[in-house]
Amino acid sequence: MRYLPLNDEDRATMLVRVGAETIDDLFVDVPEEAILDGPIRDLPNHASELAVERHMASLAAENSVAGNAPFFLGAGAYRHHVPASVDHIIQRGEFLTAYTPYQPEIAQGTLQMLFEFQTQVARLFGCDVANASMYDGSTACWEAIVMARRITRRGKALLSSGLHPHYVSVCQTMARFTKDDLRVSLPDFGGATDYDALIDQIDSDTSCVVVQYPDILGRIDDMTRLAERAAEHKALLIAVVTEPVALGTIKSPGEMGADIVVGEGQSIGVGLQFGGPYVGLFGCKQKYVRQMPGRLCGETVDADGERGYVLTLSTREQHIRREKATSNICTNSGLCALAFSVHMTLLGEAGLRRLAAVNHAMAVKAAERLEQIDGISVVNDRFFNEFTVHLGRDARDIIRTLADRGILAGVSLGRLYPDAEELADGLVIAVTETVTDEDIEALATALEDILQELGTWA
Amino acid sequence: MSRYFTDEHEWIEVDGDTATVGITDYAQEQLGDVVFVEVPEADKQVGKGDDAAVVESVKAASDVYAPVSGSVTEGNAALADDPALVNSDPEGAGWFFRLTLSDPSELEGLMDEAAYKEFLATL
Amino acid sequence: MGMNNVGRVTVPQETASDKASATATGNRALMLKEPLIFESGAYDRTGVDIPDAAEVKSRLCGLERDTVIGLPGLAEGETVRHYTRLSRQNYAIDLGLFPLGSCTMKHNPRLNEKVARFPGFADIHPLQPIHSVQGALRVIYQLGEWLKKLTNMPAVSMSPKAGAHGELCGVLAIRSALEARGDAREVILVPTSAHGTNPATAAFAGYKVEDIPATDEGRVDLEALKARLGPDVAGVMITNPNTCGLFERDLKAISDAVHDAGGFVYCDGANFNAIVGRVRPGDLGVDAMHINLHKTFSTPHGGGGPGSGPVVFSEALAPFAPLPFVEEGDDGLLHIIEEETAQEHHGQSFGRMVAFHGQMGMFTRALTYMLSHGADGLRQVAEDAVLNANYVLRAMEDILDAPFADSGPCMHEALFSDSDFAEGFSTLDLAKGLIDEGFHPMTVYFPLVVHGAMLVEPTETESKAALDQFILAFRSVAERALAGDERLKSAPHHAPLKRLDETQAARKPVLVWTDPDPRAEAAE
Repeated sequence: MRYLPLNDEDRATMLVRVGAETIDDLFVDVPEEAILDGPIRDLPNHASELAVERHMASLAAENSVAGNAPFFLGAGAYRHHVPASVDHIIQRGEFLTAYTPYQPEIAQGTLQMLFEFQTQVARLFGCDVANASMYDGSTACWEAIVMARRITRRGKALLSSGLHPHYVSVCQTMARFTKDDLRVSLPDFGGATDYDALIDQIDSDTSCVVVQYPDILGRIDDMTRLAERAAEHKALLIAVVTEPVALGTIKSPGEMGADIVVGEGQSIGVGLQFGGPYVGLFGCKQKYVRQMPGRLCGETVDADGERGYVLTLSTREQHIRREKATSNICTNSGLCALAFSVHMTLLGEAGLRRLAAVNHAMAVKAAERLEQIDGISVVNDRFFNEFTVHLGRDARDIIRTLADRGILAGVSLGRLYPDAEELADGLVIAVTETVTDEDIEALATALEDILQELGTWA
Repeated sequence: MSRYFTDEHEWIEVDGDTATVGITDYAQEQLGDVVFVEVPEADKQVGKGDDAAVVESVKAASDVYAPVSGSVTEGNAALADDPALVNSDPEGAGWFFRLTLSDPSELEGLMDEAAYKEFLATL
Repeated sequence: MGMNNVGRVTVPQETASDKASATATGNRALMLKEPLIFESGAYDRTGVDIPDAAEVKSRLCGLERDTVIGLPGLAEGETVRHYTRLSRQNYAIDLGLFPLGSCTMKHNPRLNEKVARFPGFADIHPLQPIHSVQGALRVIYQLGEWLKKLTNMPAVSMSPKAGAHGELCGVLAIRSALEARGDAREVILVPTSAHGTNPATAAFAGYKVEDIPATDEGRVDLEALKARLGPDVAGVMITNPNTCGLFERDLKAISDAVHDAGGFVYCDGANFNAIVGRVRPGDLGVDAMHINLHKTFSTPHGGGGPGSGPVVFSEALAPFAPLPFVEEGDDGLLHIIEEETAQEHHGQSFGRMVAFHGQMGMFTRALTYMLSHGADGLRQVAEDAVLNANYVLRAMEDILDAPFADSGPCMHEALFSDSDFAEGFSTLDLAKGLIDEGFHPMTVYFPLVVHGAMLVEPTETESKAALDQFILAFRSVAERALAGDERLKSAPHHAPLKRLDETQAARKPVLVWTDPDPRAEAAE
C-alpha cells in the first residue's frame, strides 16, 4: 500500500523487539467478540491512484460547475476570483501539514501569519482585536451571543429578521439547550431594515442585539443609533458580516459602534466548496478580549530579545480550563485563515477597494436591468452586491427552470424560509466581479421568457 | 490579628469581623509566573469553599476558594495592572480580596502557620 | 486553591548569543528574517489587477467607507516570497516525524488535494438546486456509508465542523433523546484523562460535569463509575483507545451499566486510527462517536484546521441527529433533508448545527483516502500505527518512566512521565531539546493523570528507519534531562527563535499590529 512504509520484514523485526508473536498480541485488550478477523467484507479493498482519481472525477462530473454558467448565488457564500498564488501558498507542505502552533520556536510561520490575519480582520471590521478564526460565520454568531451573555450576565438576545436563516437556526438549536432567550422574526419585503423595531425591544434584560450587514436580502443600514440605544441599556451590539468584500466600500460595523463583529471569511481566498470548509471571523472591543472564544496569537520576545509570536491567553480555552472554558472549540480554520490572509495581502487596500467597487457596479447594473422586466421589482433601495427581487410567483420553480437552461440564478427565499408563503416569490441575487455583462443579459432574457410563458401568478 | 491557612493553600488574616485573603508562597511557587488575576467584586456573597477568585499562569488556571463565608468588601485592584505581585509578595501586597465574616466559627477548622508548615512537609 | 497545573513555562534566561557570527541583515543563510506585511507593504500596492468599475448610480446611499482601512498590499512576487519565507520557519509532517499524541499526524496524500480541487467539487455553491449537485451529494452519501460500516453504527451526521463540534453534536443528541423521554438529567461523567474538549463540550451543552477517576493501570475505574450512575446521569464521555494510549477493555461493561441506568455512551473518536478496520465501536455499545477526518482519514491539519467531525449514532439516538443530511429518494435522486423537508422525514431532529452542509472539502479528501486504502488497507493502518507506538514504548521504557507500560500493549500512542528527571528539569526542557534534534516534540503535559506527561504517537506512515532516528534523538535528550544537563534549560539553540517569553505575552497582550506614531518617528 503506497502510504505505508513498513514491509513484512520490518514488521517481523519490530514484533520481536516489542515481545509479541503476532500483531494480534498487541490487540489483546480488545474483547474477543469485538475484534474483527479480517477486512470488513462489504467495503472494497485498496485501489490505485489512477482508479481512485477516475472514480472521484466521475462524481465531480455530475455537478454543474459555477464557473461554467451565468452564476448569481450568494446568501452567505460568494463566488469571487481567487488569485492562483493563494492556492500555491496554502499547498506548501510547511503550512498544509503543520499542526496548531503549540511549539512556537518551530511554528513562527503559522504564528506570524495568524498575527497578520488577526490585524487584517480587526481593521476590516473596525474592531480593536480579532481572534485566529472560528469554524465559520454561523458558529461564530452563536459564540458571540454566548460571549455577550458572559459579559452582561443576561440571557435575552434580539436577532434581527435580516440575519441569515441558517445562522438563526444554529443559534436556536443551541439556545434550546442552554436556555438562552432568543427573539426572532421573519423578514418582510420592506426596503428598510428592522432596526427601529429592534430599538423598541431593547430593555434591561437584553444581553445583545444581533444584526447582519449586509443582511440576508442584501440591505445595508447605518447601525450607529442602534449601537447607542444598546449601550444605553448596557446591552451589546453584535454585527454579522457574511460578505466581507463589502467592507472595502461600506462603513465597518466597528466604526458604527458594534461591540462584537463576527462573520464568514469565505469570500476572500477560500472559494465555494459546496459550503465548507469556510472560516469564521471574530472581532471585538479590547475590553472584552478575555471573554473571547478561540485561539489568540500575541507578540512577545525570545530569550535573545528577538521579536516572535505565541498563542496566548490560553487559559480561556478548553485544554486548560476544561468545563469552565469560554468555548469548547479546539481545531479551527487555520488553513482557510491563511488563504484569507494571502488573498488580502495580494489585494491590499487599493485592490480591495477596487474589487468592492466592481462588485457594486455590476450589482447595480443587474438590478437596473431586471427592474425593466415586467412583473419583477427590486426590494432594496440600498445594497452592496446582493439584492432581492419579487418574481410574482414561486421562485423555486423558476430557479429549477433556469438551471435547466444553464443559468444558476440565485437563492430562493422559499428554500430559506419554507414556512413563510409570503416570501416564496423572493429571489436573492448576488453579483460579483465574476459576473459579466453577457451573464446579466442571459439571466434577464431567460427570466423575461419564462415569466412570459407562465403568464401572471394566479 | 491572626492568620490561618487552608489545605487548598489560601491564607486568611482576621481582624475582628473583617479578613483579608490571598494565596500562600507555596501556591505561587507551584503556579509559576502569574499573568492574570480575577478578583471578586464588592458585595459578592461567598460561602466557605466557594470559588471566589481565579489566578492564572501561562498554562494553568486555578480557582481560589473562600476559606470562610462572608461578604466581599473589596478586591485588590492593584493586581489588574501588576499580577506579578502575587509572585513577589504573595502573603502581603499580593492579597486577593477582603471580606466581612458571616460566621467566625468557621475559622476553627483552619490551620495555623505551624500546622500549615507541617502540612506542606507531607506534600 | 484548586490547581490545574499543566506545566511551568520557564521565563527565558539570559543566553549570550553568538554575536561573532552575526550578519549585517540578521539573516542566517537559508534562514531568512521576514518583516510583517504592515512593515513591508503599502496601502496603494497590490498583487491583483482589477479593471475599473463601470460608472453607475451608487446604491450605497451615504454608507461609503471614506476613512483608511489600514490594509497593506504586496505585489504578487513579494507576496509569494513573504509567505514562502514564513513557511520555512514551520515544522511540518512533510519535513519529518510529528509525534504529537492524540493528534495523529500522518502523511497527507496529495491525491486528496488534487481531487478536492476538481471544479466539480471546489466550484459549486451549497444552495444550488439539488439536481445540479448530485455528484457532491453522492460523495457525502458514500463517505457516510463508509463511516457507518467502519463503526457498525446505523446513522451518521456529516455536518459537524471539527472534533469538538462533533462532541457537541453527540451530546445534544443525548440531551434530545432524554428530553423526548421526559427525563431531564443534569450530569455528564468524564474520565480524568479526557481531552479538555469533553468537559468543555458538556458544559457548553448545559450539563454539569463530574470526573471519573482512573485506575492505577490507566483505565476508567469501572466500579467508581458504576457507583456514581443514577437517575441524574445523562451519560458518559469515554475516549477509546484512551489518552493514556490504552484500550478501555471494559467498554462493553461500561456501556451496559450506563444503559441500565438510563444513560447514553458518548465515545470520543479522536484515537480511532488505532482500531480502524479491526474494531467497530458499535459492537461495544457506543451510542454516539465523532470521527476526526483530519486525524484517521488524513485530511491535512493546516496549522490548526479546518477539521471535520462527522458523528455516527446508534438506533436510539439516530432520530435526533441534526439537519441537514443526505437521503436517497424514491425518484433515484439524492436529497438534502433540511428545513424545507425535515418535518415529514425527520421530525425529531434537534436542529441545525452549522450553515450549509459541513466540510465538503474534507469529505472529498477523506473519501479519496478511504478508496485508496480500502478495507484491507485501513486495517493495515491500525496494525502499523499500533506496532509503531509499541516499538517506541519498548525502546524507551528502560530509561524513561512509562507509567502504564505494564498495563498491556499500548495502542496508537506511548505515554511517559518526567518522574526520574534531575531536580529542576521539566518535560518542557526535554521537548525543547527535541526541537534541536530536528523533531517536533510530542504532546506535553497531557493527559493530566500523569505528572509531566509526554505522549508519543508516531502513526503508521513512519518507516522503521524514521522511528529509529527519532528514538536515537529521544533517548539522547532524555538522558540529558535525567543527568541534569544545564544547556537543556535554554533549548532550543538551533531553531529560528530561542525560547519565547510566554509570560510577557500573557501579561501585556499584543494581539494586533499598531502602526508606529509618525510624530514620534520624526522626533528621533
